[in-house]
Amino acid sequence: MIPSAFDYIRADSAEAAIAALTEHGDEAKLLAGGHSLVPLMKLRLASPSVIIDIGRLSDLSYVRDEGDHIAIGAMTRHRDVEHSEMLAAQVPILAHAASHVGDPQVRNRGTIGGSLAHGDGASDLPAVILALGGKLIVQGPGGTRSISASEFFQGFLETALEPDELLTEIQVTKVPNAGWSYQKFNRRAMDWAIVGAAVVHGAGHTGIGLVNMSTIPVRATAVEEALAGGASIADASALADVGTEPSSDLHGSSDYRRHLAKVLVRRGLEAC
Amino acid sequence: MTEVNISVNGAHTSAEVAPRTLLVHYLREELGLTGTHVGCDTSNCGACTVHLDGQAVKSCTVLAVQADGFAVTTIEGLQPAEGMDYHPVQQGFHECHGLQCGYCTPGMVMACVALLDENPHPTEVEIRTSLEGNLCRCTGYQMIVDSVLWAAEHAPAK
Amino acid sequence: MWQAAHQRGKRMSLVGAAVKRKEDPNLLVGRGRFVDDIKLPGALFMTFVRSTEAHARILSIDTNEATAMPGVVAIYTIDDFADLPTIPGLPPEVAPLHRPVLAKGTVRFVGDPVAVVVAEDRYQAADAAEAVLVDYDPLPVLPSIDTSLAAMADPEGTRIYPDLQTNALPIFPEEPPAPELLNAPMRLAQTFINNRCSAVPIEPLAVIADWAPSGLTVHATFQAPHHLRNQLTLFFGIPQHECRVIAPDVGGGFGSKICFYPEFFLAPAISRKLGRPVKAAQTRTEAMLHMHHGRAQRNDVEVGFDATGKVHALRVHTYQDVGSYPDPTGMGLGVLTSWMSCGVYAIPVAQTALTNVITNTTPVAAYRGAGRPEASFLIERTMDMIADELGLDPAAVRYTNFIQADQFPYPAATNPEAVFYDSGNYPAALDELKRMMGYDALLAEQTARNADPSQPLMGIGLSCWLEIAGFGPNGSLEGFGHLGSWESAQIRIQPDGTAIVSAGTSPHGQGNATAFAQIAGDAMGIDFDAIHVRFGDTETQQQGIGTMGSRAIAVCGDAIKKASVQIRERAVQIAAHMLEAAPEDIEVSADGFAVRGTPAVTKSWADVATAAFQPLQLPEGMGAGTLDATVFNEVPNFSFPSGAYGCIVGIDRVTGDVNIERYVVVDDCGTVINPLLAEGQVHGGVAQGISQALYEHFTYDENGQPQTSTLVDYLVPAASDLPSYESGRIVTPTPVNSLGAKGIGESGAVGAPPAVVNAVVDALSGFGVRHMDMPCTPEKVWHAMGQPTGSN
Repeated sequence: MIPSAFDYIRADSAEAAIAALTEHGDEAKLLAGGHSLVPLMKLRLASPSVIIDIGRLSDLSYVRDEGDHIAIGAMTRHRDVEHSEMLAAQVPILAHAASHVGDPQVRNRGTIGGSLAHGDGASDLPAVILALGGKLIVQGPGGTRSISASEFFQGFLETALEPDELLTEIQVTKVPNAGWSYQKFNRRAMDWAIVGAAVVHGAGHTGIGLVNMSTIPVRATAVEEALAGGASIADASALADVGTEPSSDLHGSSDYRRHLAKVLVRRGLEAC
Repeated sequence: MTEVNISVNGAHTSAEVAPRTLLVHYLREELGLTGTHVGCDTSNCGACTVHLDGQAVKSCTVLAVQADGFAVTTIEGLQPAEGMDYHPVQQGFHECHGLQCGYCTPGMVMACVALLDENPHPTEVEIRTSLEGNLCRCTGYQMIVDSVLWAAEHAPAK
Repeated sequence: MWQAAHQRGKRMSLVGAAVKRKEDPNLLVGRGRFVDDIKLPGALFMTFVRSTEAHARILSIDTNEATAMPGVVAIYTIDDFADLPTIPGLPPEVAPLHRPVLAKGTVRFVGDPVAVVVAEDRYQAADAAEAVLVDYDPLPVLPSIDTSLAAMADPEGTRIYPDLQTNALPIFPEEPPAPELLNAPMRLAQTFINNRCSAVPIEPLAVIADWAPSGLTVHATFQAPHHLRNQLTLFFGIPQHECRVIAPDVGGGFGSKICFYPEFFLAPAISRKLGRPVKAAQTRTEAMLHMHHGRAQRNDVEVGFDATGKVHALRVHTYQDVGSYPDPTGMGLGVLTSWMSCGVYAIPVAQTALTNVITNTTPVAAYRGAGRPEASFLIERTMDMIADELGLDPAAVRYTNFIQADQFPYPAATNPEAVFYDSGNYPAALDELKRMMGYDALLAEQTARNADPSQPLMGIGLSCWLEIAGFGPNGSLEGFGHLGSWESAQIRIQPDGTAIVSAGTSPHGQGNATAFAQIAGDAMGIDFDAIHVRFGDTETQQQGIGTMGSRAIAVCGDAIKKASVQIRERAVQIAAHMLEAAPEDIEVSADGFAVRGTPAVTKSWADVATAAFQPLQLPEGMGAGTLDATVFNEVPNFSFPSGAYGCIVGIDRVTGDVNIERYVVVDDCGTVINPLLAEGQVHGGVAQGISQALYEHFTYDENGQPQTSTLVDYLVPAASDLPSYESGRIVTPTPVNSLGAKGIGESGAVGAPPAVVNAVVDALSGFGVRHMDMPCTPEKVWHAMGQPTGSN
């Protein structure tokens, strides 16, 4: 219930945050909305000795039409992603998936950047960004770089972010005419997905991201390739678990997860 | 120690706090506003719900330093509506038996107030969905839903 | 609204009216006063260092680093409390089971308190507790009934209490099967597991002890403050008048706040040692490990019946997992299950056996229903299995076996000497349920839906359940360690005509202050608003038993009615004297006292109450202070609420997800004091029952490590996860108290689970599924359906 003690730094700019990260390295964690980090700290599963609070970097909260893509600032709260009219029109699956994150109070604080940087394969948004083939813009002492979603998630709670880097923006292609569906299977509405499937299919875009089917979010590439090769939805979705390593835990065995992945991908595709 | 300045229920408050101080503990221990309760340690139960910068948040998952410079409203800060003893949501809970032991109630009420602020006439399904982050062990929820419907119907028009 | 009726000259009865609660105002505005809200000057905070092993010898406890940390005042182990007795409750015959206030040499469950850290605040205490290093020598772990009994088969097998030489405590021994069972035309056998649950009151356990030279004051979130005070005085060897226990606002209990926890004794001991108040307030994770669990029972059932569905004989062996430190209530749960195993049915021969089993888990004790949900589950599942076996309608099998309305008082076949059902009309409850459900139409709908592969599978489940409540007749609660089974109430009228009612029960959400004022108001004739009801403080009420076993209305409400009648009689005598009329000509209302025929001549309650303190105004034979009545109410029997619940589920044919489409309840609690409060109790109990059937399960792995110790993994549902409830009622008043009220607090939890499971099994009957243990998770259902891939 009580986090361990830490030193507190409040960053008033992205550069200041990066400078603090550079100085403190592995000992520091960034605090955005805090709804991935603070729960871990309260259970003392994470005990960083330095916290760099970027919560006031309101410059990083935006949803902008950049022509061929939509740019979302990393500090944009889930709630604002959920209610963005621009996203509802251009990238509806993202707005919809944001409405499934946690509960309303969590969505008022948690940020899309915080969720993606946390890198939990059981979270909703990483799979959606994968399905959309998004890009993550990252700023460090040496400048800015762009990382594709497919390279961003590297391991359990591990991303391509270097210890001195700050995720500043997420870029997603506009897909206003593509069919989409976010299928989340859980026990209670507030729970993480036992398995989830983010499906975008149509108007030249096909991307399927799976939630909680491996330690990292993964694309159902076998399904995507089968569809591209003309397979039926039923046949393609039967390949949903190919290349995944779902765990067996309290909430589902790996067999049941494999089964759910196929069902949710199929239902997602049928809804597109 | 870090200095925080937080407006709570319209009053300016200031203190030196350890940065790890949770907002709920700042409210309860530093300010003595014990209406906001703690019911879990994994951000599930919502008994700690307050309004931060006008939005419902779980104050157990917010550090006091994150609230520095912002305004917080707790259960103690709700104002009665004209013609009522309480805020319409509180009145609804009284009319419809939306509380039993009362421990989840402050957080539940604050979540319901936020719901009606955004959606003045929610359906039953919308109410239940909005309360997915607030646990009650006593009521089985139906009378809480009734309470919100009552408040929606009887609240003075804005 | 009743005030308006009064002003029109009519007197509306309070009893039976949906009066709004007196309890609400403080609670609504955040001015409730729960234990952790109370700040005493100079108070210290204590927290436990808890075992991370399920069964181990303690080799060493190193507190050096922790003791030096900021704010730490002291760190204690059991050696520092060598002068303290063990936690009270169990009889001397089981001395090895008496629990020390901290683990002594051996830890027996994950979470077992090993040391206690005392610091200036909870943040510092948490840091220091983490820094205490405990070295364990692990022992074999017995985390379940099965492993614990299996160890018994081996003479060298692990005994959790070596001095006891057994892990199994036979309470009612097994007898050979009765001839009526062996000779029955048909027989079924089934094992029913009743899944371990945790009460999860939203307020975790908390206590503040303040031991000053004048005595000990304890604030505890507890359901029985007098019980705690009485035991504290015995424990510490101090007189009763030097100990005060207060249960302020209590954030739910559901039975988990009746048992004695170590901190109730340690906080006072430490306060006495250090000369400062000491507070203990658990986190949720601590509460999940430390607060006693519920259910955790296995029932091996055999039933003999014939082709008409009539039951000839029932045989049940109940195995109760009592956990690692058996609690007196926990030891008695299975007794109640045994008594109630026949439910609402006229079963000629019933044989019950009970074995309590010690395991390396959190102790098990009362949780809403406390032994009766387990009984209703086994008998209601059995009735459905009989129906399934015979291809009969489950409702028809129930009608064939019901005890009839003219058969009361009905001696329970399980214990005909001591258990007599008071009243009921079980067929009428099922009739009403079927009417509300539209039962016949549902059967037709089910046939159509289940034949259509695009529709979820539909299941219909019934539960015709019986409860034992209104604890209880003399001797019943003494067996659980309480002072008595009565309940006390005192009513005093103040000179201004207002009434102070002090009750011995200790509510935690039930709305007793409101219901008791309704009872008192009707019986005395005093205004509802002029009655103040108080509880929960040993200073203001001489003795009480507490709130448990759905007894508050039945036993305490009855006491209040009796005391009210006494007050009214005396008040009428005084008024008659003042008005120079005969007592039989006096009419009483909230306005006061009038002589029949001359309504203009009145005396107010204030007039009469003032006169009660002025002997010159009183009739011969009455003295000052006469409007003061105390009743210690003994009831002749338990009461037996009953009802019929119906559940309709839709099951996803591919994922196994279970959705409750409708939940219909018919309750018979006898006289209803306040329908709003009664319905609220049903909703809450039904929610917990549905949750046990679909969501909740406290589990351990093979090493006794708990897997569900937070609300992330222990699935307490929210509003979006539960259905709405359609409520109905029938009324068969009980003869055991003057109100006719049976109690209703635990009924929902008793009746709800079987309806859900019966519905799930009904939906899956096409797959040859005969039974499913709770919780009926989607994955379990998917397996039961043969793991359909949905690819057709």
